[in-house]
Amino acid sequence: MAKVFIYPVNSLILSDLVERFEHKPLTMMNQVREKVTNISLDSPPINITPEDPKIGLRYAAVEVPAGVRGRMSLIGPLIEETEAAIIVENPPANFGCVGCNRTNELMKYLVRDKGVPVLEVKYPESDEDARDFVNKIAAFLESLPEEKPDEDEKPVDEEPAEKEAEE
Amino acid sequence: MTEIKQNEITKYIVISSDKVLPADAAMKIYESEFPVTVKETCFGLIVTGSKEDVLSVVEKIQQMDKNHIFIKDRGFPAGDERRCRASRGGGPRPGFHFLREEVKMLPAIGAALDELEAKESVKEKHKEKSRLKVSDLEKIIEEELAR
Repeated sequence: MAKVFIYPVNSLILSDLVERFEHKPLTMMNQVREKVTNISLDSPPINITPEDPKIGLRYAAVEVPAGVRGRMSLIGPLIEETEAAIIVENPPANFGCVGCNRTNELMKYLVRDKGVPVLEVKYPESDEDARDFVNKIAAFLESLPEEKPDEDEKPVDEEPAEKEAEE
Repeated sequence: MTEIKQNEITKYIVISSDKVLPADAAMKIYESEFPVTVKETCFGLIVTGSKEDVLSVVEKIQQMDKNHIFIKDRGFPAGDERRCRASRGGGPRPGFHFLREEVKMLPAIGAALDELEAKESVKEKHKEKSRLKVSDLEKIIEEELAR
């Protein structure tokens, strides 16, 4: 199961397709859930902690508008985790919370720069386009590795080594 | 404000099917007696509950019409005051516009998934010749009758 970054980050079609082909979509919704259900936050929906601006600064300089850094504090950690990406060009309604074009440009740049496999497709406007769109995404997702060794298993291996060192 | 539990997850079930209505899916969830909160909407359902319950409910509903029922995560729980129209004085909630645009495209995506599935099953069938199984015949008859 590969972690697949999707753009637009809140897309229903993309997150469903990625899950359908048994991979894990990296979506904005999960990041938002952590924010809005975290009891330690004082005043939701202004869900910002002192840590968030610091995370945002890793991806954008201080003179960049605060909105870009705020968005990057949510999206940046997803890009770090990503193992593959699907980028859709010209999505129909790129406004609202995901409508910041500068953030979107930066996000796409960082993903392309990361060197992971990236599929770039156009948003479908007709039935034929939709067929191509689904076929391309299916072929891309099937080409990704299905299973990776579990990261949870690593600490178990490390324990004996530590014991040996103590001895 | 609705009580927020950190271990709960929320999913959208977006239905773009000729066979299944949001009301049918909601009834199916009520019948299954899973302890989840269900909210019926114009495009489908919003389901909130513990992770295991929501995942099994979602899987059950998706099996009703696999290629025409779509699933998406949601950050806010169902009926959350920060997003609910009732407490925000009406108008579409933030995030609805993009969902509405995508919902328009779902029939075409569903048809494409049907074609993809048909192609794969044809490929599988070509691999080896064998007698038609009774269960396969039943499926074909059910599909024909459902048209």
